[in-house]
Amino acid sequence: MDSAGEVLNDGKITLEGFTVAARAFADKWKRHNLSFPSWSWVPLINRTLLKKEECYLSLEKIIILSSLEGSAEEESLGVTADWWEKEESIDHTVLVQNVEDEAHYYDYHIVYSASYMVPMLYFRGYSSDGKPLSLDVIKRDLPSSSVSLLLESKWTFITQEEHPYLNRPWFKLHPCGTEEWIKLLSESSSSDGCQMPVELYLVSWFSVVGQVVGLRTPLEMLI
Amino acid sequence: MAANEEAMKYVWEGAIPLQIHLHKSEVASHPAPPPALVLAPRIGYLPLLVPLIKPYFKDSLPPGEDSIWFDYKGVPLKWYIPTGVLFDLLCAESERPWNLTIHFRGYPSNVLIPCEGEDSAKWNFVNSLKEAAYIINGNCKNVMNMSQSDQEDLWTSVMNGDLDAYTRLLPKLKMGNIEDEFSRKESLSSPVSRQGGGTEIDVAGQVKTARIPVRLYVRSVSQNFENLEDVPEIDTWDEISYMNRPVEFLKEKGKCFTLRDAMESLLPEYSGDRAQTSGEEEADGSQETRGEIKLVRIQGIELKLEIPFSWVVNNLMNPEFYLHISVLVIGPQR
Repeated sequence: MDSAGEVLNDGKITLEGFTVAARAFADKWKRHNLSFPSWSWVPLINRTLLKKEECYLSLEKIIILSSLEGSAEEESLGVTADWWEKEESIDHTVLVQNVEDEAHYYDYHIVYSASYMVPMLYFRGYSSDGKPLSLDVIKRDLPSSSVSLLLESKWTFITQEEHPYLNRPWFKLHPCGTEEWIKLLSESSSSDGCQMPVELYLVSWFSVVGQVVGLRTPLEMLI
Repeated sequence: MAANEEAMKYVWEGAIPLQIHLHKSEVASHPAPPPALVLAPRIGYLPLLVPLIKPYFKDSLPPGEDSIWFDYKGVPLKWYIPTGVLFDLLCAESERPWNLTIHFRGYPSNVLIPCEGEDSAKWNFVNSLKEAAYIINGNCKNVMNMSQSDQEDLWTSVMNGDLDAYTRLLPKLKMGNIEDEFSRKESLSSPVSRQGGGTEIDVAGQVKTARIPVRLYVRSVSQNFENLEDVPEIDTWDEISYMNRPVEFLKEKGKCFTLRDAMESLLPEYSGDRAQTSGEEEADGSQETRGEIKLVRIQGIELKLEIPFSWVVNNLMNPEFYLHISVLVIGPQR
């Protein structure tokens, strides 16, 4: 039995488990994703009330350079929406080719849902002047495989909802049955039928969910 | 069960008198139209009132498309929160009629999620119902298995405040029971009741924990006050902390889980004897005043914290099975 009983048999996770899993996730990400910004653990200490363990993981100001003509156009130019660290390592040849490019910024928050006992991904996009991007624009920044997944699947869809802590509209990825596919992942990956260790919970979760928004999880993190 | 029906009737019939003013920037007629007077059901939502309100103002509006929103003293109102909860939370001292401003232009989409009228309100209701079902039953199959037309009828009953229709549809919803010491009939011969005192164990030998859907809205003010009329007006929604978190409690025989116990589990820093506002010496000699809960309101009633929580839930919850609790606290002083 996992030390704190935090990952439950049915694929759900407790708040305590989420806290442990989130820190493990952020650490592994930092170690295996050196060229990429890291996730930070945001405690809600500026709020007058909440318990200190009520926190969320935040990855902010990720830039996507994308052509304004849309993803089909991008593919024909040999340029796909890709990820760049802010201010550094921007491929200047890409910039020259796509004079019409507009930088889109994205923020991602992984928040624990006490109701469903699973993590939830919230995100938002905005342009350099801070103006929020509409869902149609955001969909053009997503990998084309995601867009069809989102349109056809009953498993995931994006809704606009208020961020649970920030009093602003964000987009939420609703993976239906999260706990079911986590359970499947856990069963298929363990040879001796053991429970998924809590440290790997968010890594596993994100390896699936992150793909929908085009964030790849390095394979080394899954060990 | 008669007591329960009476309570439901009370909840469903609760209403707030509203006086709705058209925002002065949108008055395109002379003289300006007088405010609209509307009785808003507590369990309803502001977007549902628009068909009642719009006729008062349609001749005064500037040309263009409508994108309707409301504000109270300049604070944009979250349309997906039941009207009664907004009132209990934002008006420390009940203001009757409640003066609100309606806007038909300039939707503040940087702070409010979009609203397409009744459809948005319905989507929000069904989503909340699913979430509540998930909390109570561990899954939302009961809602998913309801036929489309039954779901529609359930929503319509809420929209129209038709308690009879709602009550007829409830059995189709198959929502699990939230056990209530006052309405549960104990069968003395059942194996469960033959257990001695202590923790209640069901037939499978599992300890029973109830999970109750709760939405907690906490307004924090910095200064203590004698009377509610001394509470300052609300400035921004950032003064309010929202917690959408189930209350969990062990169902123990002989022990009553009260509203106070529920509040303590949700707001541990504000509860108990150590949360009085007398200054306490910190280790470094500085004084820190702890926070204090001044007011707990549910369905417009200021409840005594000794009341059994299961009674509160069964009698005062909203039609989507959520218990909405508005709290006014004095924040910790530093």
